[in-house]
Amino acid sequence: MENLLAGLEMLARWDVILALLVGSIGGVIIGAIPGVGPAVAIAILLPATFSLEPIVGLTMLLGIYGSSMYGGAIPAVLINTPGTAVNALTSYDGYPMTENGEAHRAVSLAYSASFWGGIFGILCLILLSPLLALIAPMFGSREIFLAALLGIILVILAHRGQIFAAGMLAMFGIFLQTVGLDAVTYTQRYTFEASFLSSGVNLIVVVLGLFALSQAFFLLSAPDSSPDAKPISGRMGAGMKELLKHKRVATVASSLGVILGMIPGTGEFTAQFMSYTYAQKTSKDPEKFGKGSPEGLIASEAANNAVPAAAMIPLLALGIPGEALTAMMLSVFYVHNVIPGPQLFQNNIDLVYGLYFALIALNVIVMVFLLFSTNLLTKIIRVPTHFLGVLILLLSFVGVYSLRNSLTDCMMAAGFGVFGLILKRLNLPIVPIILGMVLGGIMEVKLRSAMPRLKTPLDMIDRPIAAILFGLILLVIALHVRTLIKEWRAYQPDEDHDLHDSQTR
Amino acid sequence: MSRVKTLQALFKRYRRPGDIVFAWFALIFSVFLLSQIAEQTVWKNGGKLFAQPRFWPAVSLGGMVVFAAFHLLGSGLSERIQGRWKEVLLWIASIEYAAWFIAYAAAVPYAGYLPTTVFFAVALALRVGYRRTSTLLASAFAALVIVILFKTVLKVNLPSGLIYEALPDGLRQIMLTYF
Repeated sequence: MENLLAGLEMLARWDVILALLVGSIGGVIIGAIPGVGPAVAIAILLPATFSLEPIVGLTMLLGIYGSSMYGGAIPAVLINTPGTAVNALTSYDGYPMTENGEAHRAVSLAYSASFWGGIFGILCLILLSPLLALIAPMFGSREIFLAALLGIILVILAHRGQIFAAGMLAMFGIFLQTVGLDAVTYTQRYTFEASFLSSGVNLIVVVLGLFALSQAFFLLSAPDSSPDAKPISGRMGAGMKELLKHKRVATVASSLGVILGMIPGTGEFTAQFMSYTYAQKTSKDPEKFGKGSPEGLIASEAANNAVPAAAMIPLLALGIPGEALTAMMLSVFYVHNVIPGPQLFQNNIDLVYGLYFALIALNVIVMVFLLFSTNLLTKIIRVPTHFLGVLILLLSFVGVYSLRNSLTDCMMAAGFGVFGLILKRLNLPIVPIILGMVLGGIMEVKLRSAMPRLKTPLDMIDRPIAAILFGLILLVIALHVRTLIKEWRAYQPDEDHDLHDSQTR
Repeated sequence: MSRVKTLQALFKRYRRPGDIVFAWFALIFSVFLLSQIAEQTVWKNGGKLFAQPRFWPAVSLGGMVVFAAFHLLGSGLSERIQGRWKEVLLWIASIEYAAWFIAYAAAVPYAGYLPTTVFFAVALALRVGYRRTSTLLASAFAALVIVILFKTVLKVNLPSGLIYEALPDGLRQIMLTYF
């Protein structure tokens, strides 16, 4: 109980409240603009948060992460362009509703479903905390190694149809983090006798290049366009009433969001898709899906908003990020010497509770903000894409240069920016590189520290959690092989779609 | 086209023009890196395999080569998509903006953060085709806001320009600290 109070106390400071306000309202705006997503914003702000206290920096980034999907629903519903990648399925039913003249109903339903999902996710996180505090200490080096390995495998397999490319990029990420001076043996690895490579390839430089600069280059080199959304009228609170008629769909969707959010490498998109399928299968009028079904909209929005809270679970309890945004947040922890993992629950439980309360507060702030300012946002999203590109380029400089005032860093980031642009143009995923870098580093360290206690390779999995994780790895691979065989037998002609252009925002 | 799709269909990603160029490049790059492993990493005698400094580069580069080879194979066996070289030209053209970025970064320590940012914001806006005075003013204003937000308010670690040294005494101090 006193921990809860200590957590609340952490939030009751003007700088934390300001960070929360800036993060959550900024996140909604960033999410609503189709050209920028939370990844771009978090990458740019990351170095700026290093000088702030951990709770201040983290609440701001968490604010952006948790609120961007609220904003992303607006263009998804109004102009059929998802504001962030994870709002893709929202446009399936949201836009037809706009076409039928129900834009107001769709937007307010999307907000209400997001709110439901967000709060549900946090409640699960809070309820699971005691259990987490119990299980987390059972994770030793080998368990964390296996969990990171599972994360890498899942992130590769989640990119179906492009598994080879995703695998290659994940491996590239693992390779990138090995470059430089090896911390244990003090030997050079792939430095090609260049002194700037001795200190290794900085994760933030790579993140800024791949997410932010590449987005600037992408927008600047494509034709200029300006999304045109019509203002809407009506009371925004009406959605909550309608949502209560679909409590079942909203709850199941949020639960799926929580479960898949906890598993590294799967994330929002899978959660959204599975809850959408569930909603359609159990609906009384499934034929309305894709033509403006409120249930489809609810399923998609509730699922994706439940993910951020759940994604904090592996991050806080084990120090394993499940996707790119939590991977970036991990570096904030490291900079402040707060190492997420089992010890965090023992030593810094007030920080953990502080983050929970911040999550609740941000959902409330965003909801209140949206009730009054949706029409303002429809004006903001009209920013022309070239103009946005110029702004992202200028802002990326702040991120890269403030890190250690190095021109070499800027050059490397520019190189990664061009590489990221190529990946975006080819519709290849960027996330595996980042997760490869972070999880690869974790795997190397943990495998090394597990070594002295292992006599035979079988010792690796002789503890219950390790054995379960190993079983999961085998299961995931077996399931994948099974799907491959099934697909091979039932060959279907392909249809192209843009749902996975997740890197273009 | 049905609007609702199967799990498989939703998880698929599709090739775009230029995929095979990327696939070749990726394979050559991975093979080159792997070929350097003996020179660029060290094998400590007597150490365990998993603790070798060479272990993770070997695993990752080996994986890269295998995945890149399969990616190339998949790309080569698929139908050709038109527009490959046009796409590659676009990639090369994007290097121009990378050069803008580096030039901007190189100029800041000399010309000062505020002047450089305003100059580059307007110059880039002109470069991408904006001609209306209002748009150019908007980009200059946006640059000003960025500078005030990050340098003046948040005091982010950015250098002060050499050019400020030439300013008269009182102004110099203010410019060096805040802009």
